Amino acid sequence: MKYYPEDEILRLSDLANQLRLDALKMIHERGAGHPGGSLSCAEIISTLYFNYLKVDPKIPDWKDRDRFILSKGHASAILYAALARRGFFPVEELQTWGHPNSRLQGHPDRLKTPGVDMTAGTLGQGLSVAGGLGLAAKLLHAKWHVYVLMGDGECQGGVVWEGAMMASKYNLSNITAIVDYNDVQLDGACHEIMPLEPFVKKWQSFNFAVIEIDGHDISEILKALDLSKEIHNKPTIIIAHTTKGKGVSFMENEAKWHGVAPDDEQYKMAISELKGGKNE
Amino acid sequence: MSNIMSVRNAYGEALVDCGTKYNQVVVVVADVSSSVKTDFFEKRFPERLFNVGISEQCLVNVGVGLALEGFIPFVNTFASLLLRSFEQIRTCVGYSNTNVKLVGSYAGISDYKDGATHYSICDIAVMRSIPNVTVVVPADAIEVRKMLKEVAEWDGPVYFRLSRSDTPVVLSDSHEVSIGKGQVITKGSDLTIIAAGVMVERSLRAARELDQDGVQTRVINMSTIKPLDKNLVLKAAQETGAIVTAEEHSIVGGLGSVVSEYISQTYPIPMEFIGINDIFVETGLNPEYLLDHFGMSVDDIVTAAKKVLGRKRNKK
Repeated sequence: MKYYPEDEILRLSDLANQLRLDALKMIHERGAGHPGGSLSCAEIISTLYFNYLKVDPKIPDWKDRDRFILSKGHASAILYAALARRGFFPVEELQTWGHPNSRLQGHPDRLKTPGVDMTAGTLGQGLSVAGGLGLAAKLLHAKWHVYVLMGDGECQGGVVWEGAMMASKYNLSNITAIVDYNDVQLDGACHEIMPLEPFVKKWQSFNFAVIEIDGHDISEILKALDLSKEIHNKPTIIIAHTTKGKGVSFMENEAKWHGVAPDDEQYKMAISELKGGKNE
Repeated sequence: MSNIMSVRNAYGEALVDCGTKYNQVVVVVADVSSSVKTDFFEKRFPERLFNVGISEQCLVNVGVGLALEGFIPFVNTFASLLLRSFEQIRTCVGYSNTNVKLVGSYAGISDYKDGATHYSICDIAVMRSIPNVTVVVPADAIEVRKMLKEVAEWDGPVYFRLSRSDTPVVLSDSHEVSIGKGQVITKGSDLTIIAAGVMVERSLRAARELDQDGVQTRVINMSTIKPLDKNLVLKAAQETGAIVTAEEHSIVGGLGSVVSEYISQTYPIPMEFIGINDIFVETGLNPEYLLDHFGMSVDDIVTAAKKVLGRKRNKK
């Protein structure tokens, strides 16, 4: 098992916090966006972009890069923040998000934003597109890996399971999917709107290697990503248990913060909590 | 009587040719390989064909993933079933502008045995409404063969609409085809019939009947529905002053709509529309019967032509 020093874990944790601050700032300034599902995947995104993914911000379409699809495209704020902090474009550009002529659309657009491998927004598409990427990598005898970050809610859609069957049939071990399992969707709790459980068994029965982790624990995320690369006969899914709105007490586990921007007062409180959290 | 050739077989053979010429050509199919003749390709290039089963949404997205990496995926199912993946076609193909070739076979009412669930009478309307998507409807087996090479070489998404049927051949090997260009098959100055697919041959028969009444009919094969060959349409409008469109599709949103949208803004003239008149068509004994009884017979075209000629005269 690969060893990750404590300071690297701390660095990724600090970066997750920075991405949360960036995303909330973007959502507040724009008066639109999806805070809950952006905050819940901050550690997953920071670990991928600042430790794990082989990408080169200077050459966004570098052919040997790892591919990443944010299938839960509504978490675009935190993806854009990560891309900016990683150097794909200036951090100042984050302020243009959603404005006319911006390269940063409401949801990720592969044709406009450097570093975005695939357009997303309407849910459920990531895994089956990843299936095509996985086949392509095999045909090309390429070493790059495909990562897909999905929401839990989108797993209620049939196309996800079509993609799962396909990835299994072709033994696409070059795909690692991650579910940001915060158990909250637009209308309420996933387990009430349309239960996903038994979730692990579902994925196992679709012949995925399933790894269950705490999606806010960076060591666990890193270990799971390492483990998924050791699996050579099937695709992997990492079920990352997370908290929707993580880091901002009044947003945590609240469906109403799925797609609403904080007002000035709420924003101040949120920032203060996140900054306080960092200084603990 | 014209020579009859299988559109499906022509496609299957042309796909093998494309696969031979271009290593990047790959095929994805949703459990209809022996029906739409991608089995020819599978036999030749088994490692480049992927059968995803009856999962049309996945079908399109797998094509998208392959296209993102520079492959030229031909994704195949029945035209009616391809509409199950409208969302994937809109977002992941059209909006994402991925180089996916969507092949809708068994289009129109050509799957006569299976009835309205399997007829595809609104696919052209749907596909052409998606930005970045080119729509091609070959007239016969010859055009399928010639056009498929163009489709493979075209940089961007294409919807390629195919009949299940063995259909009369109207083009010859000397006809040049290219995406975005219609062809004048017969010359004439009294009116123009703009047709696509199997209706081209029926329009030619109508033109011969009209010729016996002294009406000189121009017949255009408009195999590219989008982008429309505007010059050819405008010229026809200016030179003949009357247009009939003929298609094996609903008159809502298809070739007739395309032509009239353009003509109404540039050179308004009388038009008539031959196609399925906004109804679901029943199961039939053969495709010809259905075409003949649901508004797409040669007589229907002749009647429409006479009507539009009358309106043209009254206009003067």
